[in-house]
Amino acid sequence: MLLKLNNISKSFGAVSALKDVSLELNDKECLGLLGDNGAGKSTLLKILSGVYKADTGKTYINDKEVDFTDPLLAREAGIEMIYQDLALADELPADANIFLGREQKNNVFGLFKTLNKNKMQDEATKVLSTLGSELDASRLVNVMSGGERQLVAVARALQFNPTILLMDEPTAALSAEKASHLNNLILSLKKKNLGIILVSHRFSDIFAVCDRIVVLNRGKIADEFLVIEGSFEELSTRVLKIMAGK
Amino acid sequence: MKYFYNKIVDAVREIGPGLVLIFIIEIVFFSITSEYFFGWNNFKNIFRASTIIGIMALGQTIVIISGGFDLSVGSVSAATGMAGAWMLQQGYGFFTALFTAIIIGGIIGVGNGAITGYGRINPLITTLGIMSIVRGLGFIVSGGYDIAIRNKTFLKMGSGQIFNIPYLAIILVSLFVVVGLAIPKFTFGRYMYAIGSNERACVLAGVRVNRWKLVFYGTCGALAGLAGAITSARVGVGAPQINMGVELGVITAVILGGTSLAGGKGRIAGTFLGLFIVSTMSNGLVMLSVPTFYKYVATGTLLLFAVFYDERRRSNFAKR
Repeated sequence: MLLKLNNISKSFGAVSALKDVSLELNDKECLGLLGDNGAGKSTLLKILSGVYKADTGKTYINDKEVDFTDPLLAREAGIEMIYQDLALADELPADANIFLGREQKNNVFGLFKTLNKNKMQDEATKVLSTLGSELDASRLVNVMSGGERQLVAVARALQFNPTILLMDEPTAALSAEKASHLNNLILSLKKKNLGIILVSHRFSDIFAVCDRIVVLNRGKIADEFLVIEGSFEELSTRVLKIMAGK
Repeated sequence: MKYFYNKIVDAVREIGPGLVLIFIIEIVFFSITSEYFFGWNNFKNIFRASTIIGIMALGQTIVIISGGFDLSVGSVSAATGMAGAWMLQQGYGFFTALFTAIIIGGIIGVGNGAITGYGRINPLITTLGIMSIVRGLGFIVSGGYDIAIRNKTFLKMGSGQIFNIPYLAIILVSLFVVVGLAIPKFTFGRYMYAIGSNERACVLAGVRVNRWKLVFYGTCGALAGLAGAITSARVGVGAPQINMGVELGVITAVILGGTSLAGGKGRIAGTFLGLFIVSTMSNGLVMLSVPTFYKYVATGTLLLFAVFYDERRRSNFAKR
C-alpha cells in the first residue's frame, strides 16, 4: 500500500471540511476524486501536500506513519502536487521554477554556497525533454503559453522522482486538445511506479485516466467504485445523483 | 571585458534604453545651461549627495523586488546615526560605532519583516508605523539635542577622499557592485525575485517565506543603518531630524530604475541609474540657482512618471 489515510478530519472554524475520511492508494494507480464545490477534495490534497494539517486522523506512506507540518516535508517524503493555478513564479525562468525550494548549489571553498545554475538548467532541460518538450529551460515563465506553463508545473513535480503525484484540476485552464495531451501524459506517468490522485470537475478526464473513483460529498466519502464497474454514462449518473443529494 | 559589456547591454535592455537616454539628456542639458555643472568637482558633489539615498535605495530595491515596501528607512537612518554618534561620545572607536549603527538598523529591519511576515500586516502600514515610532523615539531619547561627533576617522568617512575620489563614492559603488554581482549567484537573490513574483508559490514549494522576509527587511534596515552612520559623518552630528522625507528620493530612484512596485522585477543597476537621475537633477537645479523647493516638485514628478511607466509596462504585458 503506497498511501493510506485513516479517519482524516479537518475543520475551518465552525465549518467541517473533512469528516473521518479514509482511503488508500496503490502503486501505479490513479485515483480520481470527484465531488461538488466544497466537498473537501482540495482540502484533502492540501493535507497530503503539507499545506494544511489534519485536525485528527493518521497518514501512512508505505506503512510508515507520517505527519507533514509544511510542504517541504511532504516533498521530501516523495509527494508532489500540481496546483490548479500551477503556482509558478512568473518572473523566474522555467528551470528556477522547477527547482524552486530545492536549488542545486556549489560549495565554494566550504565557506558559502552559490546556485549551480548550469546543473539546474541541464536537469530542467532533461526533465522537460522526457515530457516530449523542447522548451528552453532558461525562458521566463511569464512569456510562456498556458500549455508550456502546464509543462513546467508537471516537470517540477516529476524532477525529484515523486512516489505520489497529486493533481488539483490540472485541465481546468486548458483547451480540449491540451487536456487530452495531459491525460496521455498522466497515463504514461502511471506506468512509472507512481501513485496519482487526480481532482477534476471534468468527468471525462477522470474516467479517461483513473482506475478507481472516490466521490466526496460534504466532507465525507459518499461512494467508491472501479472505473471498469460500468459505462461512462452509468457511472456519471451515479456520481451526479450523489452530488444532487438523491 | 566582454562579460562586463554583455552585462551592461543586458542591464540597459532590462531597465529600458529610455532611462539611459533621460540620464544623458540631463547631463547634456545641465552642462549647456550651467557652466559649473560639468566637471569632476561637481560630479564628486553628486556622488556625495547620492551616497546616503543610494545606500537606502539599495536596501529598498531588495525589499520592493521581494514584494514588500519600507517607508521607515529615513527614520531608521536618523536613529542609527544618533546611536553611532552616542557610541563615539562614550569613547568607543570607529568600527564599534559603525557596526552599532548597522546592527541597530538591521534589528529594526528584522522587526519590520517579522510584523509584515508573521504578523501579516501590510508592509506600507507596518513601516509607516515604525517610521513614526523610531523618529519619535529618536526625539524622546535625545531630548531633541544633537550629539556632536569628534572622532576624526569617523568624520573623514563623510568628507575624506583618496586619489581625488570621495570615500563615499567608493563605498556607494562598491556596495552596488558587490550586491549586484552577488544577487544572481545566491539563494538570497533567487528567493528575493521568487517571493516577489509569487509568494504563495514559494510557500507551496516549501520556501520559508517569512524567514526570508526577515532577511530582506533586515538587510534593508542594516543598509539604512549604514546610511545613518554616513549621514552623521557628513554633518558631524547625530540628530533626530536628519534624513526626514528622504523616502521620496529613495523610492523614486528605485521605481525609476525599473523595479516593479508589484514585486518580482528589478535590477540593482537600474536603481543605480535611477539614483543618478534623481541626484543629477537635484544638483543641476542647484547649479541653475533654482530655489530648493522646486527640487521636491521635480522629484515628485519623476516618481509619478516612473510609477505611470511601470503601470503601463505591466498592463501592456498583461494584454499580450
